[in-house]
Amino acid sequence: MTQMSDSNLSGNNDLLAQLESTSKAFLSRRALLAGAGGAAAASMINVVGLEGLDMAQAAGGKVRWANWGLYLDFDNKTKKYPTLEAFQKKTGIKATYQEAIDDNDTFTAKVSPQLRLKKDIGYDVVTMTEWKAAQWLASGFVQKFDDAAIPNKKNILPSLLNRPFDSGRHYSLPWAGIIAGIAWSKSALPKGLKTLDDLFAPGNKGRIEVLSEMRDTIGLIMLWQGVDISKPFTDTQFQKAVDFIQKKIKDGYIRQVKGQSYAEDLISGDAVAVIGWSGDINQLNLQNGNRFGFAVPESGGTFSTDNLMIASTSPNKAAAEALINYYYDPAVAATVANYITYICPVNGAQEAMAKINPKQVNNPLIFPTDAMWKNLKVFRELNPVDTAKYAKSFQKAIGNG
Amino acid sequence: MAVIARAKDASTSELKKKSLVPYFLLAPGLIWLSLFFVAPIITLVGTATKTPGAGIGEFVQTYRWANYWDAITGSAGQFGRSFLYATIATLIALAIAYPLAYGIAFKSGKYKNILLVLVVAPFFCSFILRTIAWKQILGQNGPVFRLLLDLHLATPMTHLTASPSAVIIGLAYNFLPFMTLPLYGSLERIDPRVLEASGDLYANAFTTFRRVTVPLSMPGVVAGTLLTFIPAAGDYVNAEILGNPSTKMIGNVINAQFLNTQDYPLAASLSFILMIIISVLVMVYIRKAGTEELV
Repeated sequence: MTQMSDSNLSGNNDLLAQLESTSKAFLSRRALLAGAGGAAAASMINVVGLEGLDMAQAAGGKVRWANWGLYLDFDNKTKKYPTLEAFQKKTGIKATYQEAIDDNDTFTAKVSPQLRLKKDIGYDVVTMTEWKAAQWLASGFVQKFDDAAIPNKKNILPSLLNRPFDSGRHYSLPWAGIIAGIAWSKSALPKGLKTLDDLFAPGNKGRIEVLSEMRDTIGLIMLWQGVDISKPFTDTQFQKAVDFIQKKIKDGYIRQVKGQSYAEDLISGDAVAVIGWSGDINQLNLQNGNRFGFAVPESGGTFSTDNLMIASTSPNKAAAEALINYYYDPAVAATVANYITYICPVNGAQEAMAKINPKQVNNPLIFPTDAMWKNLKVFRELNPVDTAKYAKSFQKAIGNG
Repeated sequence: MAVIARAKDASTSELKKKSLVPYFLLAPGLIWLSLFFVAPIITLVGTATKTPGAGIGEFVQTYRWANYWDAITGSAGQFGRSFLYATIATLIALAIAYPLAYGIAFKSGKYKNILLVLVVAPFFCSFILRTIAWKQILGQNGPVFRLLLDLHLATPMTHLTASPSAVIIGLAYNFLPFMTLPLYGSLERIDPRVLEASGDLYANAFTTFRRVTVPLSMPGVVAGTLLTFIPAAGDYVNAEILGNPSTKMIGNVINAQFLNTQDYPLAASLSFILMIIISVLVMVYIRKAGTEELV
């Protein structure tokens, strides 16, 4: 209930907040020029008059976006994000982009105390994986979208629009679909990997890394052990996968359990075989010469989505919605997908891709085929009790308790 | 007479005023301590006895003191490892820092200041960056491992990082200046005439070192070992970056319980227990070593 009334309130305050933030931005520039307090106060009167004229032209304002690493098209030469630059030019909104997220849990734990106190967390748009997004929704950490401000919502793949945790998608929209699978360094393992048996082969001992994302690492192992993770399973079945990980750690097979930073270890050669995310590997290949391979194991891979949400503490809701809307334009989405090579959630992007990079049109990691979809499973939604229980058991296995 | 009496009055009231002055001078410190030390400790102890509430990351106070016992038994391994690694790292740091400090204090001549700056210089670079640098130095494609491979002292299947020794090396390296500076402080203060006197009394160089230099430098040794051991025992960066899942220290557990499972009571009780154990160890150590001349 509080969530509803909050979002109503913020809806009414939108225009006010926007006015306030634009005039503040303007004022600070003026104040800087004027230098003295008295002059600044005098110019404020001016600003209010000016703003009235400006409002009609551009929304202006700013938006701050926290995302995962390697998750937006990046130009190595200019060190800028081309689609984000285009968005700023088009709308006049100043966008700050930060690769602030390495792990769902740690990011949430860092910002949740401020969210509870209703203090600005420094980001307007955050990108959380589906299961964590569900927790954000349940905790009332997000604002309800004004659907009218996101007309491009109609472009989103229907299969991704209807997810149980946010039916109708009023609080979250899919940024990309992620596949967790196995990846390897081609120089060390020229034959590549097809199954988890290949991953945990004796030759890779001490140079295997797995994800700290419990649902992906344990999910892949459970699938390999013959458990369907999208349907209810027993504690024993879960524990069997945890025990496997624990044994591989104890025997020295698994070198480290990491968030996205496993990518650095693949580059340095400290790791040669990993459980990792599809798009990361493609991007590493772009930046480091085609050195790595990726496959969905024959026993199946895990699928999930990362979701854009507006933090409940965000004072820049309108700008955030403009940003979100912009990225569901098929041509923009195709540009991003061409770079990040994760599953593109936008209808029409495949057609747009033909113009951008014809080679990617039939890439199953961006536009999965039916056969690919069949081999991907979504880890079932866990209730809060199981969430805590399984998280503890996993943390214990990886040495944290 | 009256004049004298008045003068006396004035001086006693001045005395009274003076006797309050120390308290006024102490006030900022006391307020600081109660705000930023006592209050957090009370919250910490309070958080530790809470149990899970309705939402994730929400807890209610139920005074469940058994949380402390669960914390000790659940993470006994990591506690033991923390103190073992910290002890070894402290001894390594002492073995490296003593000759270094001795050299700077007695043998460096005009280079003394430059050498001291060099000891402190690593602090100009971030702690985490320095640790990541070690990961690259010792890593699979790093110079050290390459050399060992060429000398046939290692095989491609072995590795230097992701091991207990890498964590200990990291700890010893990162806290080395904390050991070196106090040692230098007490060595530098030794009067050279005392060493000469020892020689006059027919002590050879080694005996002089053992019976004169070492005892006189003890305050530095005590301070240095404390300054190294305490942060090393609570450190988690080295184990996180240079270790593997089997080398996790108590700091890593606290970090994971706080950030990953969001079990604040467990994280709080672990922190409190760590603090108590360190305080007891330090107290015993100081009792044994003496603090009279502690720098």
